[in-house]
Amino acid sequence: MESEPILVVENIKKAFGPRVILKGVSMAIRRGELKVLIGPSGAGKSTFLQCINFLVTPDAGEIRLEGRPIHHSRKRELYAYRQQVGMIFQDFNLFDHLTALDNVMIGLVRVKGMDRKSARERAMAEIERVGLKEHAGHYPAQLSGGQKQRISIARALAMDPKVMLLDEPTSALDPELIGEVLAVIRDLVANGMTMVMATHQIGFSRAMANEIIFMEDGLIVEQGPPSVILSDARCERTKEFCSKITELYGEAS
Amino acid sequence: MPEGIAAILNALPYLLQGSFVTIVVVIGAMALGLVMGVPFAVGQVYGGPIVRRVIGVYVWFFRGVPLLVLLFLFYFGLCSLLDINLSAFTVAIIVLGSISSAYQSQIFRGTILSLPEGQLKAARALGMSDTRAIVFVIIPQALRLSIPAWSNEYSIVLKDSAVTYALGVAEIMARTHFVATRTYQHLPLYLAAGVIYLLLTYLGVKALRMIESGTRIPGYTR
Ligand SMILES: Nc1ncnc2c1ncn2[C@@H]1O[C@H](COP(=O)(O)OP(=O)(O)O)[C@@H](O)[C@H]1O
Ligand SMILES: [Mg+2]
Repeated sequence: MESEPILVVENIKKAFGPRVILKGVSMAIRRGELKVLIGPSGAGKSTFLQCINFLVTPDAGEIRLEGRPIHHSRKRELYAYRQQVGMIFQDFNLFDHLTALDNVMIGLVRVKGMDRKSARERAMAEIERVGLKEHAGHYPAQLSGGQKQRISIARALAMDPKVMLLDEPTSALDPELIGEVLAVIRDLVANGMTMVMATHQIGFSRAMANEIIFMEDGLIVEQGPPSVILSDARCERTKEFCSKITELYGEAS
Repeated sequence: MPEGIAAILNALPYLLQGSFVTIVVVIGAMALGLVMGVPFAVGQVYGGPIVRRVIGVYVWFFRGVPLLVLLFLFYFGLCSLLDINLSAFTVAIIVLGSISSAYQSQIFRGTILSLPEGQLKAARALGMSDTRAIVFVIIPQALRLSIPAWSNEYSIVLKDSAVTYALGVAEIMARTHFVATRTYQHLPLYLAAGVIYLLLTYLGVKALRMIESGTRIPGYTR
């Protein structure tokens, strides 16, 4: 009854020098699903997400998009694959020398080879989608954190990704700005975007995620639907972590 | 003293022509240094061990050997060895430009390394090749941040250009020397030359400062 997974990540391992960061992490995600990664700082969530699009090269493991294994050493194949996997960073990483509009356009023009006019139209549509039409001409340094993150989401969406990876998209934001970014992500879920997201927003995850994956020390410790993992007695580690997190960060969703 | 002033006034058109030669030599050398320095910096930051090593040796050589030695080495040594006929003017630009490329590469290397690592990551995440990411994301930012150090490099190249008089390039210094030995008005004439150099430094630094504020990214403070 369920379709084949769109993205399969198998047994990813990564060490930095003698330090083993990922000890074999696997995940399969179906079209339209939201999987949430939680776990203490240093668990390897960012490293795992960056291994998925080879910003960090895994030492071992396989990644398949729509059934096709990705050979990251073939440059063309790697670049084509990355276009299909959008990435949202904790600290936005907007290109500082470009306006919001140019940030969204640059991938269309320099990667997809679109002409500037169509690229501008497409970029404006994405910027409107995240509600920042009036800010299209502003530079990153003129935007609030929440606005920067929304533009970075527009930049990723413009590439028509099949999957999006979000690495703590709200962790660098002041509490009052978290809501506007979560609203955009909620919209993506509603529109059927497939996403893997590391976050400390437990309330949001409870409401939106298909599955919560709890990582610790480079391994998946527990995983399951929010209803189970956040309440079932067998998932003691996750529950304990979540209550600590909720205490620490409060809730904004 | 009136004789001195007269000597300056008489020589002024001739010296100003020399200023023009100086300006062309300096702009040529700075441009050559830029065109070579940017790829050297990129090679040093992103290149493999062999590329880094070769550029390292180049930088070490051109920063280590005195300007006058390099000028004679190229003009009297290399040009006759290879039997190529280059004017002193051309050799001056090539030598000053090669030296400046060594220094400029270190300026750009520093600013490239000062950019947040996330800039390159974000470009790669869009599916951009490293070459394009460097051309469209890294270099435009690094160049902006390099302008203050570049203006310092300009004033050094300007002063170094006086040494090319040893090859007979008809720039400010050569012309001043020529007039001074004929009129015996050394003091006023070399003072005038000094003032011209100061003015050129002032104007160049001012122009670069205007470029800096013209290319400043709104809201960006660093
Ligand atoms: N480039 C790197 N070099 C060395 N160690 C790294 C590097 N990137 C991450 N690490 C280490 O890997 C561990 C996991 O980091 P990370 O994946 O960022 O965890 P998380 O996102 O769960 O907080 C940390 O201890 C971090 O110091
Ligand atoms: Mg992290």
